[in-house]
Amino acid sequence: MIIELGHFALMLALPLALIQAAVPLWGAHRRHAGMMALADLTALAQFALIALAFATLMNAYVTSDFSVLNVAENSSSAKPLLYKITGLWGNHEGSMLLWVLILTLFGAAVAWFGDNLPPALKARVLSVQAMIGAGFFLFILFTSDPFQRLANPPLDGNGLNPILQDPGLAFHPPMLYLGYVGFSVAFSFAVAALLEGRVDAAWARWVRPWTLAAWCALTVGIAMGSWWAYYTLGWGGWWFWDPVENASFMPWLVGTALLHSAIVVEKRDALKTWTVLLAILAFSLSLVGTFLVRSGVLTSVHAFALDPRRGVFILVLLAVAIGGSLILYAVRAPALQGGGLFAPVSREGALVLNNLLLATGAATVFLGTLYPLFLDAVGGPKLSVGYPFFDRTFVPLMVPLLLAVSVGPFLAWKRGDLRGALQRLWIAFGLAVLVGAIALYVTQGGPILAVGGLMLAAWVGLGAITEWIERTKLNWRRAIHLPRAAHGMTLAHLGLAVTVTGIAGSAWQTERIVVMKPGDNLSIGGYTLHLDRIGQSDTPSYHAERADISVSADGKAVAAMHPEKRTYPLEQMTRGETAIRTTLLADLYLALGDNDGKGGATIRAYWKPLVPWIWIGAVFMALGGVLSLSDRRFRIGVARRRAPAGAAVEPGE
Amino acid sequence: MTRKRRRLVFVLAGMVLLAGAAAIVLSALSDNLVFFYSPTDLVTKHVPDGRRLRIGGLVADHSLHKAADEKTVTFDVTDERNQVAVTYTGALPDLFREGQGVVVEGVREPNGTVMASTVLAKHDERYMPPEVVDALKRAGRWQENAATAAKSP
Repeated sequence: MIIELGHFALMLALPLALIQAAVPLWGAHRRHAGMMALADLTALAQFALIALAFATLMNAYVTSDFSVLNVAENSSSAKPLLYKITGLWGNHEGSMLLWVLILTLFGAAVAWFGDNLPPALKARVLSVQAMIGAGFFLFILFTSDPFQRLANPPLDGNGLNPILQDPGLAFHPPMLYLGYVGFSVAFSFAVAALLEGRVDAAWARWVRPWTLAAWCALTVGIAMGSWWAYYTLGWGGWWFWDPVENASFMPWLVGTALLHSAIVVEKRDALKTWTVLLAILAFSLSLVGTFLVRSGVLTSVHAFALDPRRGVFILVLLAVAIGGSLILYAVRAPALQGGGLFAPVSREGALVLNNLLLATGAATVFLGTLYPLFLDAVGGPKLSVGYPFFDRTFVPLMVPLLLAVSVGPFLAWKRGDLRGALQRLWIAFGLAVLVGAIALYVTQGGPILAVGGLMLAAWVGLGAITEWIERTKLNWRRAIHLPRAAHGMTLAHLGLAVTVTGIAGSAWQTERIVVMKPGDNLSIGGYTLHLDRIGQSDTPSYHAERADISVSADGKAVAAMHPEKRTYPLEQMTRGETAIRTTLLADLYLALGDNDGKGGATIRAYWKPLVPWIWIGAVFMALGGVLSLSDRRFRIGVARRRAPAGAAVEPGE
Repeated sequence: MTRKRRRLVFVLAGMVLLAGAAAIVLSALSDNLVFFYSPTDLVTKHVPDGRRLRIGGLVADHSLHKAADEKTVTFDVTDERNQVAVTYTGALPDLFREGQGVVVEGVREPNGTVMASTVLAKHDERYMPPEVVDALKRAGRWQENAATAAKSP
């Protein structure tokens, strides 16, 4: 009975969304306050209804109600509570419900916190949000209904795909969706601005916090996915240029560009049409990401939905959303007034360069990811684009970006002094060269590209620190009074440096793959591994084969590690559980391979220097975003006082 | 600089960048396009040696052998009409089994075996890589019950 209530709530949300899509838009056109204000009410009601629907499904999962098809297929009573909960979004139908839950949450947040928005803009934004919502409600109701009942409920469910039974992956989809769907707000603002024919500094100040929030969540989500792949797949790869990874990476790249170009709109009232385009593209790529993952057109870990009908539906949704918004852009964008002038060498110029490189990078990833699909669709040969393609196109594009990241913040708005900026950076430059020299000396002829990567990372990090020191003059009182967005930028750029360090450092990894019997020793990365025994252990969910390995360095015991190979009888699957010992400077990574039937087993051991920095850097970036988000000027009260002034442009710093 | 000159500088810089990116993309693309073949294709079509390719099919029963060092494995990939021998050094995925779907990426040696650099196994019982389905269909060995099993979400 409860689950039908959820189904009914979802059905009720659809007409509500249709009303919200039409009435406030008409109201904004007619300047009718009542019709515009209706959007607030419906946005909040939509969220309440979807939250109810989500809660009933969650209830079915937690209580293991196997009369619900979705629960029976994706959960079982023996699972720990955490995986019963996360099982909800570990499948197509449930994850789409999570998608619309977040969408309506953002819609409700705009309605709730948007008191300071001009009523017409707010009505149009919420109307566009509701159009997206209506599309997805239809999609769920007609092709992916999670509330279907089973006439003859089984005694126990099919269980959850074991690779999803993992704390890292449990929260990967919600974070990713927060990011994807968060860009819908920027998209709605962009479409609303096109409808109004007006983009100004105030508009940018409203768009930027939503974009920042989405970007932070997406950064964390991508990092989680990469980290999960690292510790779970058994050989320590952390990025595969897999189409599904690319699907989340493309909106991230464009979202990063959007964050930076919105600054120019806010401070200098320039780059308006470009920023609107980026906002449309960021969400369009999020939709494409959803399409890529959910339609099952890819050979991928993630392809757990293989229903062509859904693919067609999403394709139509994509065509309407992306095609419609781009047509609107083509018609209306020329009407947007161009803003402030600036010289090529200036802060704006540097941000344009950032945008060009990020957008071009996203375009190459897009091409490599979708070219095989495109060829297949037009009946061409079946092929795939090998991962070296991405290394050879994306990396060269990022090198100038990393070089410029340090310089940009030193350039003044409008007209910058490149030579002066470089002079202020000479210490950073010298230290970066020193880092390269030390790396060359210590590693004795390691991969030369990785040394270059380390130098670039040092340049970015030291550049960020130099800029911070100049700003604060190392005076704490001064530092506290600086806008938090400035500290946020420093932290995010430092995070980028840390991540690049990790990526470069991973080139020096060493690996050993050997068959070991109990009593055998293996040395790697300065550690000695001693295999004590190979045993078995059982839990209600799985049966594990487990190696007990004691690790010592210089004759002293440092750790006991237990890589496992788990067999899930219910799901009939096997997956490895790696053992990782990290010093934050390097990881010792062990995986248990096949048993040779003679008392020995294959042990894969890797020593991976600097790899943890990849994810530490991502956390820094996200924290930098959060710090910027807490900046005074994004806070509600402050913006409200300024709102009557309308398009007041803040003086450049 | 006038407004027009500035705009020109930006447009030129953008075009130089795009041209550079296009050049990189084209050269990288021509080297990294990996065509997909079924085992039958490898027998019937002319496939140049030394080019990266992907093959998909089932791992033939009783064909998996490990070398003495336990690191190098050989197995046959079949579409149940023709088969091709594969050599691979490294860790096989956990779900690699005889009789199950697999996609192998590598280079064909002059002696006809494929030296694999990547082996992708399906990730659960219900999922079959689309390339494998395609290869089996073309060989006329695709069973409908298997098809429904592979298509259920």
